[in-house]
Amino acid sequence: MEWLLPIQNLLGSAWLPIWTVVKIMLIVGPLMIGVAYLTLAERKVIGWMQSRIGPNRVGYFGLLQPLADGLKLLMKEIIIPSGSNKLLFVIAPIMVLMPALAAWAVIPFSAELVLTNVNAGLLYILAMTSLGVYGVIIAGWASNSKYAFLGCLRSAAQIVSYEIAMGFALVTVLMAAQSLNLGDIVRGQHGQYGMLNWYIIPLFPMFIVYLISGVAETNRAPFDVAEGESEIVAGFHVEYSGMGFALFFLGEYANMILIAFLTSIMFLGGWLSPVPFLPDSIVWMLAKVAFVLFLFLWFRATFPRYRYDQLMRLGWKVFIPVTLVWVVVVGAWMQTPYWLW
Amino acid sequence: MPEIKNYTMNFGPQHPAAHGVLRLVLELDGEVIQRADPHIGLLHRATEKLAEHKTFLQSVPYMDRLDYVSMLCNEHAYVQAIEKLAGIDVPVRAQYIRVMFDEITRILNHLMWLGAHGLDIGAMTVFLYCFREREDLMDAYEAVSGARMHAAYYRPGGVYRDMPDTMPQYEASKIHNAAAVKKMNENRQGSLLDFLEDFTRRFPTCVDEYETLLTDNRIWKQRTVDIGIVTPERAVALGMTGPMLRGSGVEWDLRKKRPYAAYDQLDFDIPVGKNGDSYDRYLVRVEEMRQSNRIVKQCITWLRANPGAVMTTNHKFAPPARESMKQNMEELIHHFKLFTEGMHVPAGEAYAAVEHPKGELGIYLVSDGANKPYRLKIRAPGFPHLAALDEMVRGHMIADVVTIIGTQDIVFGEIDR
Repeated sequence: MEWLLPIQNLLGSAWLPIWTVVKIMLIVGPLMIGVAYLTLAERKVIGWMQSRIGPNRVGYFGLLQPLADGLKLLMKEIIIPSGSNKLLFVIAPIMVLMPALAAWAVIPFSAELVLTNVNAGLLYILAMTSLGVYGVIIAGWASNSKYAFLGCLRSAAQIVSYEIAMGFALVTVLMAAQSLNLGDIVRGQHGQYGMLNWYIIPLFPMFIVYLISGVAETNRAPFDVAEGESEIVAGFHVEYSGMGFALFFLGEYANMILIAFLTSIMFLGGWLSPVPFLPDSIVWMLAKVAFVLFLFLWFRATFPRYRYDQLMRLGWKVFIPVTLVWVVVVGAWMQTPYWLW
Repeated sequence: MPEIKNYTMNFGPQHPAAHGVLRLVLELDGEVIQRADPHIGLLHRATEKLAEHKTFLQSVPYMDRLDYVSMLCNEHAYVQAIEKLAGIDVPVRAQYIRVMFDEITRILNHLMWLGAHGLDIGAMTVFLYCFREREDLMDAYEAVSGARMHAAYYRPGGVYRDMPDTMPQYEASKIHNAAAVKKMNENRQGSLLDFLEDFTRRFPTCVDEYETLLTDNRIWKQRTVDIGIVTPERAVALGMTGPMLRGSGVEWDLRKKRPYAAYDQLDFDIPVGKNGDSYDRYLVRVEEMRQSNRIVKQCITWLRANPGAVMTTNHKFAPPARESMKQNMEELIHHFKLFTEGMHVPAGEAYAAVEHPKGELGIYLVSDGANKPYRLKIRAPGFPHLAALDEMVRGHMIADVVTIIGTQDIVFGEIDR
């Protein structure tokens, strides 16, 4: 970053905040584009799985479809139900989107590319992703609608239960990496055997638990009980229109991408190359993220929706015991000479 | 201590899982249903009353619109009632054509049901797979009657006309170029029977495809097994028919027990369930699709081998040929009478029922000898099923209400009539 030095000298003490804002822009901008094109990818991929073609009218291959959708939602009237709590009703979508974006601060995209390299990165991520549920609860409650209320109740219970399983899955990662710093977690997976050094090998059950909890955490099918369009219509965001509605989706898709990033950082070796003879680079990171996102879409096209109580049963009776056992297994394993990671 | 009140929720009539215009008033304890109160009548079109003011033939298209996903089965019950009352002999070929189209209709209905049921439970891919196959069957409807859905193809005394020898072809357009169109037209080169034969060859694989997605899927099983159990005794007592009854293990099928048309000549099995839950009803319907496919196959073979008339020669009910009408006074009178005031059905009453995809669809017809029915009563299979909804959903959760409405295969056209 030598070429930035003259600007740095010119701005003096204002340099740090300005430079941080620029970096934030450089993350949020591509992220929003990623979100937009994830919606297109979703419609295309699911379309192909369902023997249809997906959007192909706006731009070549429907490439301008996300822009058209965004523009449409932006132009629409924001209807605030008369029985609602207006302040909370407006704040709720913001509260969903804000933590979904804030969590990106500690994500390392490659060895050098990270906004803030904090040592408690993993804790920060856990804190931020848990905050999103408040937006959902407030949205459901502020709407003063029965369907929305049921949706927010479901969502609250679901996110709280899966948070625990997810947290324990992350505990094993931090045990293996002996660090809460996301960059260090990736570096801990570096070795001479390429992908055999990744944490997915010793922590495979945790990888599965984390992935499924991630799907549940983002309210995606087959865990979309909070939305459940055929049961409670759209759940917590049934009363939202226009940009309020769009913000929920921005949050949901930003969270999907976030979970995909976290999965690749913690289990799939982040920016590390899967084979030793190829260089590590951000391309690997993006490829892994794309793969995990594809899994999200694939699940949605394949599975029926869980019922709310079955979802809770899966979380409490399967995932939490499995993660608890594996924490002990990993702990014991690490005390033996057979721990190679 | 304050009294704890149940949470009352209005489900429908504009709800994605309401299958039309069902309105349910649900009393909830948390998410558990305490009471479900179905409100009907939002699609009431007074079909029975309208029929009293139309000639017998003019009511045939109304029958299509009863259960609007199994059109020809409705017509079959109606024309059978007229034939029974008037004592019309229907040519055997027409009987086979009717059976074939009844079974095509059954497949159409069950595909629609499977798709919608899957979508209700959240498996959206099945929906599109089912509609892919429905398209071919609708093309068969279109080839024979000109309409994709509301065929108006059966007539008292036979069917409107024989099977066409050619199938309509796709034409090249901006979306499909000549090569793509050629491929799409590949199975449309022969007659309608060739097209249907090709379909019956393909269809079992398609059913396998749906089953791969659902039958052994753990989530699907969790969502349907033990949901909405109906014991055989209750099923009979509640007046259930069709797959709802057979799902509970009662082997009752009008096609076997009271054979009509050509069903006694055909070889097919009646699948029955064991536990009477939604999963059993799912299995029963899937197996019925396979059996219907078998029946269609047999009909195709028979129809190929046996050409002949498809309309009765009793010209008091069926119009005479144009040539004979021009030369024969008697026929001219028949023609004039039929096309001015319609057929006169002798005074009396008749009940004719068919094994409709949803159950027993019966037409009770009273005639006073005029050219219009004196009274027409439709026994819709969905009505008793919906009446049992409250009993079936009690103690289940909201998500199960959706499953149970789906498993009942509710269509409001027939319930509200």
